[in-house]
Amino acid sequence: MSYVVPKESYNGKVLSLDFGKGDKAAVIGGENTLPFLSFEGDIPNRPVVAYEIQDCPPDDWPETVRNMYKDVSGDPVTWAKHCRNNLNAKAVALRLVSTHPDRDNRSAEDAAKTIKDVLAAIDIPLIILGSNHIEKDAAVLVAAAEAASGYNCIIGKAQEGNYKTIVAAALAHNHKLIAMSELDINLAKQLNILITQMGFDKERLITDPMCSALGYGLEYTYSVMERIRLAGLLQNDATMQPPILGDVGMYVWKIKEVSAPESDVPEWGSIEERGIAWEAVTATSMLVAGTNLLIMRHPKSIEIVEKTIAELF
Amino acid sequence: MALTGVQIFKLLPKTNCKKCGFPTCLAFAMALAQGKADIAKCPDVSEESKKVLGEASAPPIRTFDLGSGAKAVKVGGETVLFRHDKKFFNPCALAINIKDNLSDDELAKKAAEAANSEIERVGQKLRVDAVSVEYASNSSAQYEKAVKLVAEKAPDASIILNCKDAAAAEAAVKAVAARKPLVYGATNENAGAMANIAKTHSVPLCACAQGLEALSALTEKLQGLGVNDIVLDSGAKSAKEIIDHNTQIRRAALRKGFKPLGFPVINFVLRDNSIQEVSIASVAIAKYASIVVLSSIEKWKNLALFTLRQNLYTDPQVPMQVEQKIYKVGEPDAAAPLMITTNFSLTYFIVSGEVENSKVPSFLAVMDCEGLSVLTAWAAGKFTAAKISQFIKDSGIESQVSHKELIIPGQVAILSGALEDKLEGWKITVGPREANAIPTFLKSRTV
Ligand code: B12
Ligand code: SF4
Repeated sequence: MSYVVPKESYNGKVLSLDFGKGDKAAVIGGENTLPFLSFEGDIPNRPVVAYEIQDCPPDDWPETVRNMYKDVSGDPVTWAKHCRNNLNAKAVALRLVSTHPDRDNRSAEDAAKTIKDVLAAIDIPLIILGSNHIEKDAAVLVAAAEAASGYNCIIGKAQEGNYKTIVAAALAHNHKLIAMSELDINLAKQLNILITQMGFDKERLITDPMCSALGYGLEYTYSVMERIRLAGLLQNDATMQPPILGDVGMYVWKIKEVSAPESDVPEWGSIEERGIAWEAVTATSMLVAGTNLLIMRHPKSIEIVEKTIAELF
Repeated sequence: MALTGVQIFKLLPKTNCKKCGFPTCLAFAMALAQGKADIAKCPDVSEESKKVLGEASAPPIRTFDLGSGAKAVKVGGETVLFRHDKKFFNPCALAINIKDNLSDDELAKKAAEAANSEIERVGQKLRVDAVSVEYASNSSAQYEKAVKLVAEKAPDASIILNCKDAAAAEAAVKAVAARKPLVYGATNENAGAMANIAKTHSVPLCACAQGLEALSALTEKLQGLGVNDIVLDSGAKSAKEIIDHNTQIRRAALRKGFKPLGFPVINFVLRDNSIQEVSIASVAIAKYASIVVLSSIEKWKNLALFTLRQNLYTDPQVPMQVEQKIYKVGEPDAAAPLMITTNFSLTYFIVSGEVENSKVPSFLAVMDCEGLSVLTAWAAGKFTAAKISQFIKDSGIESQVSHKELIIPGQVAILSGALEDKLEGWKITVGPREANAIPTFLKSRTV
């Protein structure tokens, strides 16, 4: 029996999307095959990893990762520049944590100022994220979109409960938009439909099916991502073709496995490597499942994942 | 490819003698087609028919044991490309590669690391399944000695003889024959000699070739020589080759019924940087490897890779769950605190672990919510005030405790009012949102 390469033919294609501006702009998506199967299709763009920073010191991050930024994290501008200049970041994701009512409840105007300052300080693409408070995000992201007008940012996350105002703001100021739903392919599809029905191009959307950490529901995210990709490629379902986001860092760096000291759990080994590996494994699995854009925290995990991405091409 | 009932019927004696327990040969044929009967039940079927049926009913990816005894692991036997289509069945074996030219002390130390690698996670015991001993010394005597030493120090691990020198491999196989080592392996050059070893000692053999065409030709050759338990190494080293080759192999076997590649796959993911190796190993675990060979097995590395394997090999239709009942943590007396949670394994093990950490003996009421986490169960209407109060009443816990206080997870604080209405005379206390705050919470109550 002679071997014949078992190729699949796909009707659809992942949409490509650019963000940022100038020669540092990034492009993701565009492939017409399942993740990394270059023997049967074209994969014009590599997945991009963005460094997560926030608008207040990361007191709630475990020490292992907090220490990496201890000299720069007091101020988002310094932090962003550090990622750009010293860590060679391809993109930065600024999370406006302090706007959350349970945190500092900072105003939308405050957030807008932070964004302007950060944008003025770096030339790499910026992703602007709310604090994940449905009502507050609606106000904050509207101000953020305006402050970042002209910078071709990605803003998010638009969810079922607040998408209308956020979509309108992204539309008015020409940004790309993250649509997030909760681990259900039908919810992801429905939200993308609702958003495009408002006149927002699907070419400008990114789907966030919701991430989860290794050991804490990773398999759900993994399978939802695989199903989204199959729907977009095999069934040519246009609402399932935007690039996929894996917001890895925030899910990983809150679980016990990355924060319990070795003295408490000797059978788990070194806490440093454990945390880095945890974020790297979570991110690698997301890549294999179809993620085009990752948001991560630890510089070493990012370095590892970028090397793996290089090996995948 | 599978045969229909009618095709099978044509191969049977057609005497309707009923010895198989079915009223007619046709009824038996139909049952066979659905996989509900075994051909061995018909005493009169011809050898020729048995062979045809055997080949037709053989699974598209062969399954066999890696190693022997209670800790042997099954490899192969997968039926889908995507876990959501059904599930992945036989969790990929993790192995550590040990070079035979290390000192005896180092060999023993590495083997012991594998032997002592067992950890428990979410109720499952996970361990490094195999040791691969690499023929680096170029001395058959040294190799045999190293293999024996490693086998002795890692008595439960499966053994992979990473050696392409037939004479050295044969001596090593003899030394550990009872452990049913996997011989790694056969190449186009040594195929005859290696096939002989595999057959003589009835051990599995790995076919090693560069690329899938050469690999298919080699497995056909080995099968022609009478070897059936074959493992595949396509020469994939980079992450790209691993995804690319492993995907093609799985597709060829499942979608095209291509027999020469219908075997479990081994990937060597050795890298200088151990965390890099973890990342590449993740690619192999997710994308169809049956055996992944690593260069080191630090504890944090095991934990991360075991967890990934456990996640991807769970049944997507049925979350892992524990039995509904009132669990005792420590030796609680009648005044001990009573807490409630759901029966999702992960939730139960995290919460009971933290209650244990608190050293405060307690009752933990675990309620059947079809294996959903606290918030998911609440959102799905399975962890409601009505259901919780019914469960508490039915459980008989009221007669075991001297108080009437129930501690609920902080994430469902919203239930406390309705629960106080439904559970008359009970006080509902809202616990912390995250389990890791439970020790502080419980300790602060006892002072
Ligand atoms: C994986 C997941 C699923 C999986 C189910 C997994 C499972 N077996 O439960 C699937 C995909 C099936 C699912 C489905 C749904 N989900 Co869901 N899901 C999640 C996810 C990502 C993780 C849940 C998890 O495994 N957590 C880990 C376990 C260990 O957490 P836990 O049980 O809560 O336990 C912790 C604490 O509560 C505490 N604790 C537990 N017990 C106790 C007891 C005491 C006394 C104390 C003090 C503490 C304590 O300790 C634990 C560790 O800290 C969460 C979001 C998230 N990241 O948390 C959403 C989430 C729970 N899901 C949500 C929803 C809405 C749903 C759906 C209704 C929607 C849908 N998509 O259709 C369905 C309902 C399911 C159904 N059958 O109908 C929402 C709930 C929203 C809300 N606030 O009500 C969440 C929060 C998503 C979100 N909004 O961000 N989901
Ligand atoms: S035992 Fe064989 S021959 Fe007899 S009825 Fe069954 S299938 Fe037919």
